[in-house]
Amino acid sequence: MGSRVRAVAADLAGWGITAFARLLTAVQPVWQGFDPAVPQQRIYFANHVSHGDFVLIWTVLPKSQRRRTRPVAGADYWRKPGIRQFVGSDVFNSLLIERNRDGVEDDPIAQMASALDEGASLIIFPEGTRNLTDAELLEFRSGIYRLARARPEVDVVPVWIDNLNRVLPKGSFVPVPLMCKVVFGAPLHVGEDEEKGAFLTRARSALLALKPKTEGA
Amino acid sequence: MANVHSDLLATIAGIGGVLIFASLIGWVLQRRYSPNGENAVVENLNDRTRAWWVMAITISVALLGGRTGVLILFFICSFAALREFMTLTNASRADHNTLVAAFFVVLPVQFYLVWIGWYGMYSIFIPVYVFLLLPFVSALSGETRNFLIRISEMQWALMICVFCVSHVPALMNLTIPGHEGRGVLLIAWLVITVQLSDVLQYVWGKLAGRHKIAPRLSPSKTVEGFLGGALSATAIGMALNFMTPFTLWQAGLMGLCVTMMGFLGGLVMSAIKRDRGVKDWGHAIAGHGGFIDRLDSVLFAAPIYFHLLRYYWSV
Repeated sequence: MGSRVRAVAADLAGWGITAFARLLTAVQPVWQGFDPAVPQQRIYFANHVSHGDFVLIWTVLPKSQRRRTRPVAGADYWRKPGIRQFVGSDVFNSLLIERNRDGVEDDPIAQMASALDEGASLIIFPEGTRNLTDAELLEFRSGIYRLARARPEVDVVPVWIDNLNRVLPKGSFVPVPLMCKVVFGAPLHVGEDEEKGAFLTRARSALLALKPKTEGA
Repeated sequence: MANVHSDLLATIAGIGGVLIFASLIGWVLQRRYSPNGENAVVENLNDRTRAWWVMAITISVALLGGRTGVLILFFICSFAALREFMTLTNASRADHNTLVAAFFVVLPVQFYLVWIGWYGMYSIFIPVYVFLLLPFVSALSGETRNFLIRISEMQWALMICVFCVSHVPALMNLTIPGHEGRGVLLIAWLVITVQLSDVLQYVWGKLAGRHKIAPRLSPSKTVEGFLGGALSATAIGMALNFMTPFTLWQAGLMGLCVTMMGFLGGLVMSAIKRDRGVKDWGHAIAGHGGFIDRLDSVLFAAPIYFHLLRYYWSV
């Protein structure tokens, strides 16, 4: 009973959050590398500027795929009991990773790989943390390489989230309505004997290449 | 004087008839030239017609809702237009508080002033008070780079997307002797005449367009399209003068005036899009682009129409 109420509440909250995201950003998906209607397992990797990043990706994904697309997020932020845990776990079904790795046994790559084995798609942010600098994209951490190596058959899809940093710049609490785009690029796969550095560079430039050329700022 | 409701229903029925006719033409064209969706012009035409159905139904519901309905509809349009416009400005992180004020203070206050009918304030709130006070919010951030550009763009955005849009529902505030309670019809006449002018300019341009007016701004606008569209829309505006306090020739002059303003508005807004390197303001309306793409002509016509009516007709 309690869990059914929770599930209905989570569905409603999910609807509310995506409706709010649309009202604020009129988010427009741009599919450059594949047909979103094909229900295929994917690892989406995106630039990370705000807590709303995975919300935008989630909002533009076809409904049937939202349920099985799990954002990978920091447990320290999303495991706080209350609203965050409800949103993180019940609404978005996030895969929570301990960021402070002292005394933690689970290997994050193994956690992600087993989620993939269960049929989930993942949303990851290879910069590792929100980019609060003026640089358009931070250097990638190596996790994406190790994950792509661990499950080489899964499509690794670059996703550029455009303009969301202007909606809610760092240090502000009230978002302003501005139009955002989510640009999906062509899937990548790690090469047979591709080195870590080479793959990270390739993935990073594939993501940067999706950034729309025409912008106000 | 006929009942406002029956006139409004007749108008809506007329729009419905025109759209059924347009949908039939689109259907025939598609069967002949684009059975598998291969003809981009025909597909775009049908997208536009379908979007027109949605827009016509929306505005009909709003007009039937009277003052409240019209205010809510144009409040939403204003919000969506401002969202599109601000996206293309240089407004930066330093202007965040200014943007918050623009969206969550200026926009609702302007529509509130229209709602309570305080003409002396809603006609100067944005051009005077906001103009003088809002740049200060950006100045507080201490960021001086592109300062004049940023504050000018934001003021322009507010003038176009809030001030001008709010002059459509403001038409309901005019008291015209012998025309009391018929404000929705004034709005319907403006929107029909200006939008038909856009549509007919497109049609005339496609059929007879030869000489481009401003190829660098808008390659599809031609002298033939403009003249044909503006004149035929004006003729329709004259035929619809039962909706207005105008005599036949007054309706003609007013029609020329609003279609001309609409045309100029379209060109100005195109120039801004060219500058920013975008084709459309947004993607909300299939086949048309964004809200501003569809509203640009009405935005430019509304305040002039409002003031001409106010000066010559209202008491």
